[in-house]
Amino acid sequence: MKKRILAGLLALGMTVLALNGCAKKPAAETTAASAETSAAPAANAASESVAPTAASSAGQKTGRAASNEIAVGIAQDLDESLDPHLTVAAGTREVMFNVFEGLVKPDPDGNLIPAVAADVAVSDDGLVYTFTLREGVKFHNGDPVTMEDVIWSIRRNADDSEGEALVPALTSISDITSEDNKLLITLSEPNNEFLSYLTLAILPADYDKQDTAPVGTGPFRFVSRKAQDSIVLERFDDYWGEPAGVDRVTYKISENAEGLILGLQSGALDVVSHMTSTQIVQLKESEFNVEEGTMNLVQALYLNNAEKPFDDVRVRQALCYAVDKQGVIDMAFDGYGVPLGSSMYPAFGKYFDESLTDYYTVDISKAKALLAEAGYPNGFEMTITVPSNYQPHMDTAQVIAEQLKSIGVKATIQPVEWASWLSDVYSGRKYQSTLVGVDASEMTASAMLKRFVSTAGNNFVNYSSADYDALYEKALACADDAEQTLIFREMEKNLTENAANVYIQDMADLVVVRKGLEGLTFYPLYVLDVSRLHWAE
Amino acid sequence: MLRGSSRQYAADVVPEAYCYMRSTVRRVLMLLATMIIVSFLTYAAFELISGDPAEAMLGTQATPARIAALRRELGLDAPFPVRYIRWLLGFFSGDLGVSYSYKQPVGELIAPKLEVTLCLCLLSFVIITLISIPLGVLSYQQVVGRFGWIHTTLNQLLMAVPAFFTGILISWGFGIVLRAFTPGDFPDLHMDPAGAFRHLLFAAVCIAIPRTAMTVRMMRSTVISEMEKDYVQTAISRGNDRQGVLLGHVLKNSLVPAVTFLAQTMAEIVAGGIVVEQVFGIPGLGRLLVASISNRDYPVVQAIVVILAFWVVLAGLAADLINQCIDPRLRLGGGS
Amino acid sequence: MKKKMNGYLMAGLIITGVLLLMTLIGAFYTPYDPTVMSAREKFNAPSFAHLFGTDNFGRDIFSRVLKGSGTTVFIALSTVVIGAVIGTAVGAVTGYFGGFIDEVLMRMNDALTAFPSILLALVVISILGPGSRFNLILALGIVFIPGFARVTRTAFASLRDRNYVESARLMGASSARIMLIHMLPNIFSVLFPALTIGFNNAVLAEASMSFLGIGVTPPDASLGYMLSEAQGMIVAAPWYAISTGLMIILLVFGAGLIGEGLQRSGNSTEL
Repeated sequence: MKKRILAGLLALGMTVLALNGCAKKPAAETTAASAETSAAPAANAASESVAPTAASSAGQKTGRAASNEIAVGIAQDLDESLDPHLTVAAGTREVMFNVFEGLVKPDPDGNLIPAVAADVAVSDDGLVYTFTLREGVKFHNGDPVTMEDVIWSIRRNADDSEGEALVPALTSISDITSEDNKLLITLSEPNNEFLSYLTLAILPADYDKQDTAPVGTGPFRFVSRKAQDSIVLERFDDYWGEPAGVDRVTYKISENAEGLILGLQSGALDVVSHMTSTQIVQLKESEFNVEEGTMNLVQALYLNNAEKPFDDVRVRQALCYAVDKQGVIDMAFDGYGVPLGSSMYPAFGKYFDESLTDYYTVDISKAKALLAEAGYPNGFEMTITVPSNYQPHMDTAQVIAEQLKSIGVKATIQPVEWASWLSDVYSGRKYQSTLVGVDASEMTASAMLKRFVSTAGNNFVNYSSADYDALYEKALACADDAEQTLIFREMEKNLTENAANVYIQDMADLVVVRKGLEGLTFYPLYVLDVSRLHWAE
Repeated sequence: MLRGSSRQYAADVVPEAYCYMRSTVRRVLMLLATMIIVSFLTYAAFELISGDPAEAMLGTQATPARIAALRRELGLDAPFPVRYIRWLLGFFSGDLGVSYSYKQPVGELIAPKLEVTLCLCLLSFVIITLISIPLGVLSYQQVVGRFGWIHTTLNQLLMAVPAFFTGILISWGFGIVLRAFTPGDFPDLHMDPAGAFRHLLFAAVCIAIPRTAMTVRMMRSTVISEMEKDYVQTAISRGNDRQGVLLGHVLKNSLVPAVTFLAQTMAEIVAGGIVVEQVFGIPGLGRLLVASISNRDYPVVQAIVVILAFWVVLAGLAADLINQCIDPRLRLGGGS
Repeated sequence: MKKKMNGYLMAGLIITGVLLLMTLIGAFYTPYDPTVMSAREKFNAPSFAHLFGTDNFGRDIFSRVLKGSGTTVFIALSTVVIGAVIGTAVGAVTGYFGGFIDEVLMRMNDALTAFPSILLALVVISILGPGSRFNLILALGIVFIPGFARVTRTAFASLRDRNYVESARLMGASSARIMLIHMLPNIFSVLFPALTIGFNNAVLAEASMSFLGIGVTPPDASLGYMLSEAQGMIVAAPWYAISTGLMIILLVFGAGLIGEGLQRSGNSTEL
């Protein structure tokens, strides 16, 4: 079972991109400089940063600009296997995205574009995929990519002889054959999401140090990892495509959030993603641009529906009436973020039902009445389990705990490490409530909604609704796209009405970039593409 | 502990060199015994909580078949004492196992961090020693005088300053405001020793402040109680210069407890280092230890805990040996 | 001379008394609710309305410091009680009886002191599981046992052969009675300074552990946890770190002075 929670992993095949290339300023600072920024033309989505030129050019070139290097601050250590097929953490994928490629890879608009394959053709019945391998693609160790490497990489992920396959969806492959430079993959049944799984990294077949010294085909090659200190990548000069804009990228790991601020301020860092607005107000506007994207996830207070008192729908609804989403966003995120009402976020386009956002509006007396009806007239005590290495979730939990006091619910926060969260909450389901963000592993409605089917293996909230299960069956059987979309929206409504969870928001992704550095590109994925970053002339 | 027992050792009439050797051998044996107890406690403690390492290593990829295979590969099917001895032998031959998180040999992982932490500890040790010993002796004069209470109060105040608080203030003042160094951006120890030294110096000062105050206090009270001893009073009453007696005899006799105290200080320096590394973002053993505890990366935790404990035990041994050089009577075992 | 000796004790008692009174009042009344947030009052500098300013959620830092000190003092006191009671019991038994038990327990003690205090606390907490106040108290309590055991063992051993102990024994008093009624009151002079030192160490240890993120967890506030929060806001709200840090220093300083005073009045040979 792959765990893809927290701030998002692979989310492919999407064309809508909710982001804003304009350099927004934190609300707390209103100076002449910000007026200048808002006057600057808003760049089109996913384009380069808008740097107020007056402030940026003069004297901002650091030593790294001269040597064409950048330093990126990250909050999470890459404390796991670096083998891309075994990587679990979103933070690791975010970095290693620049090192690996699959037959196809995502572009900033969420489309799949050819990478190690030069071309893809799908048969009319949707059963046979024909990939033409690109000429002259090399691994970072200098070896050319061979058909053998490609087949080995796919087979490794499809192998289910020792339990579940690394990518379960690949078990629908019935046959893999090759002719010259053509790779033919035959499926046992058509699956229009199949291609998105072939973003899996192509690795050399006969290399056994992938765990610690990974080798791929991407625009950057891995140089070194120092635990809790740094990761170094260097431009891969034999890259088949557009060469990277900088020679060397050093990811500095700072597990305390303040380290990132200090690093930016002191000049040690050039780029930091996933900042909070509180962190950003501490930075000098003259030195940095702040860009806002979305995290593409559903942040919510996830409730264990099988655990008392959340097995009672009235209690869950009471919490929904007591929590002020906009209040959370204003308090902990200075207003950045999109409030949500169900397990779906705006980047999903047609599947996203905006009307559900305001299904519950803050109504303390109604909440109290519901609690009284459920037998808790004086409220109750509850525990919110939060992965502690993620400050935004910790902040949100604190605000929610405070809001819940208004209906007599006393919430204590239990911060746990990511490893414990995975085993106790996600796999073990031993928790009462938890505050995290859940995202989609692919850009399909099922990726968001299937987990709430009562029998789903990853139904970590133990949601159980016969109507919901029936709807999902119906949606799967439905051939017509428009009708299917309606059913999916029906399912979202079911989640909202039954208050499966206390939905909060799709968080804003605030990225701080030093002035003079250009080319920041948002993806609908949790990645930072450093190959497009470059220093201004 | 080593010190106490060696004093009870009977002084026979035997050649001095033999005595020296014998007591040294005894100390080293005691040291080994302590180390083995320490390592056993650590190993057993983590054995108790860590559950199945094979399961932990496989993480989300765990299936019964894979776990069984890995258990065999790691030798986990052996009984506990066998595993402990294997681990201990591995420890002394540099094989500390493989990190669950990083999938990297633990030795490889912690070697560069050990360097950093040792530098930090030694640096603060040097600061403490160089400042506190002279200051302790000098302030003896003051404390007897009218304004002694100022010294005592100041001393108590400095002892109360936690290293991580000074650390926050220093990294703010010197890091952000004055930009004397970059918190969170620790230069490589080998590539830029000067930069790394500067970074470590700030951290070392934070650890050193309360410990220096404590050592000064201890030094002072040792000198005072030594000055009150009969031989000193006799010497002074016979007309010897007070200053001369202080420098000639008292100081030498005060050094023995001072060295012992400084060795104990090493334990506190190590403890301070764990926290201060966190404040300054220094990639040392302390930071790795805290993260590994949270990540349940037990091979790393075991190794670091044992290394730090050994380091403290070794400091105790060093203190004993130094004391023997200062005061040869200790070799014969008879302190009084 | 005598007056000056007690000067430390007085000063220490006054500082500690005021602080304890403040935390005690803070347990029932604070100027603001320490957890109430206000979006409009984020990062306010110290003023008459907010003596120590406000934090990133607009919470009143003075009220939080009061509550936080309460948590810290509570944990430190509980820790010292656990350490002192068990440590003294161990010290009494080993010191009074001596022999084999003494040897074994003191060897164990030696091995434990090879671990720096925080290191030992980290090990214990990783066994008990981090993130719970109870576990933190237990872990720190265990860490403080060896220190108390060592101090009291020496004292009990030195009293063992005194005449009054001997006569009590001859009169048929049980060992437990002798230790508890006859010997314990006589080691108070050793125990009291040890208690103040223990309290100091406990405050610092709690602060360190919570600072590292393995002690007290939100919305509970302890001084150490607040300091780690404050470090992230040092640029926006330096008053947060400073007021919290000063509170820790004052707590430790006050108890330190008491210890100093006790030591001096209890030991006439020392100045």
